[in-house]
Amino acid sequence: MALDTNKNSYTIIFAIAMVVAVGSLLAFTASSLKSSIAANKRTEKQQNILFTMGITDPEDPEAFVPADQAEALFQKYIGDEQYIVTNGEAKKSNEAFDIVVKKEGDRVKDDPNYLRKMPLFVGKKDGEEYYIVPLRGNGLWDAIWGYVALDKNFTEIKGAYFDHKGETPGLGANIVEAYFRDDFIGEKIVDKAGNYMGVTVKKGNSDPKNDRKDDNAVDALAGATITGDGVTAMIKNGVKMYQNYFKNLKS
Amino acid sequence: MAEVAEQEVVKVKETKEPLFSKKNKKLLSDPLTDNNPITIQVLGICSALAITAQLKPSIVMSISVIFVLGIGNVVISLMRNIIPSKIRIIVQLIVVATLVIIVDQVLQAFAYSLSKELSVFIGLIITNCIIMGRFEAFALGNGPWKSFLDGVGNAAGYGVILIIVAFFRELLGAGTLFGIKVLGDPIEKTGLYALGYENNGFMVLAPMALITVGILIWIQRSRNPALIEEH
Repeated sequence: MALDTNKNSYTIIFAIAMVVAVGSLLAFTASSLKSSIAANKRTEKQQNILFTMGITDPEDPEAFVPADQAEALFQKYIGDEQYIVTNGEAKKSNEAFDIVVKKEGDRVKDDPNYLRKMPLFVGKKDGEEYYIVPLRGNGLWDAIWGYVALDKNFTEIKGAYFDHKGETPGLGANIVEAYFRDDFIGEKIVDKAGNYMGVTVKKGNSDPKNDRKDDNAVDALAGATITGDGVTAMIKNGVKMYQNYFKNLKS
Repeated sequence: MAEVAEQEVVKVKETKEPLFSKKNKKLLSDPLTDNNPITIQVLGICSALAITAQLKPSIVMSISVIFVLGIGNVVISLMRNIIPSKIRIIVQLIVVATLVIIVDQVLQAFAYSLSKELSVFIGLIITNCIIMGRFEAFALGNGPWKSFLDGVGNAAGYGVILIIVAFFRELLGAGTLFGIKVLGDPIEKTGLYALGYENNGFMVLAPMALITVGILIWIQRSRNPALIEEH
């Protein structure tokens, strides 16, 4: 007997069966891969933080440390130097690594009185200290994020790493490229009087090699104005949130 | 009666088409040239605009679409007799979305760095009209093997154009191929740049993808006037 696929009852049963089958398949896939994906994300975060303080693959200075060494190197250079900064006060805590910057931002949006917890990592390499701050902002299409390493006087950037979720390849997605992020190294985040300025991604900067490090500006990416503005805002607002803590520390 | 039935079975076996018959080969090769989904059917233009500023993502996108369209066409073809016609478009969308999510999850678990490079394209695959077009026009009316060949052929045809467009856009727009500076250094003024050559910044912007596709369509039709439609 031929199957009558045009009957309403058949259509409904088919739709329900399809939803159940696809839902089960996706749920099974997601739950069986969840732990591997979480481990990969943790490793990536460690690689990003190490990269910001200049610890890279020994064979390729433009690449992250190998995934299998990330945990050991993170313990070596950062270890338990992880802090949660709240309202200008820092508290040492191993939970700093697990703070999700986006979630904290969402909680502030829901409740303006909520005291945002901000993670801070202090790395030590060759006797120098790196204060690594995680950042999060908006690009043209989706979220952008990154890490900047500040010097111990909190006046200049010593390393940066930016990433994105869905910026246009070849345009906004170039914020991950070395030629863009390397411009931030050595760039001052304060003006000559010592006031906090951040760093602006500037069009027509007439300084393509970024020789001037005290102009608080780096050269923009062609065809990616909005993503560049997103990076500017992300650094300006992200680092600003730590200003009270930095001031307390200096005084 | 049994004898007749046996004869029929033998007959069916005799007339079975070989896997790579002339007709089946055409399913693979036609979309590469005279029935190309981008230059002839003018489908899949959105992703051609979005991701062809560089060669590497274009290749990655092409491979992903070959996978999703190849498997998706087989799945739709296997289900073709039981899909209710009223909800067939929704069913097709579910199949492509499921495949895309599974590919994304598996990559995130086992090839994380690759998945990061792919993430934006994986999402874009769902919006690719070639995929829905092939499900609707071919897989719903043909067997799984033919559908597989048609899917792979069309996705490869799409990929070829993507790669050609990306080659010119990356080379002329940024002076690089696969991110490697092939024309010299534009800041240090070495290689071609020492002679006064400048990168064409317009090439990295989306409109130039459309113009490049237009030029390809023009070249293809002027070489083969049979492709020009008469109105």
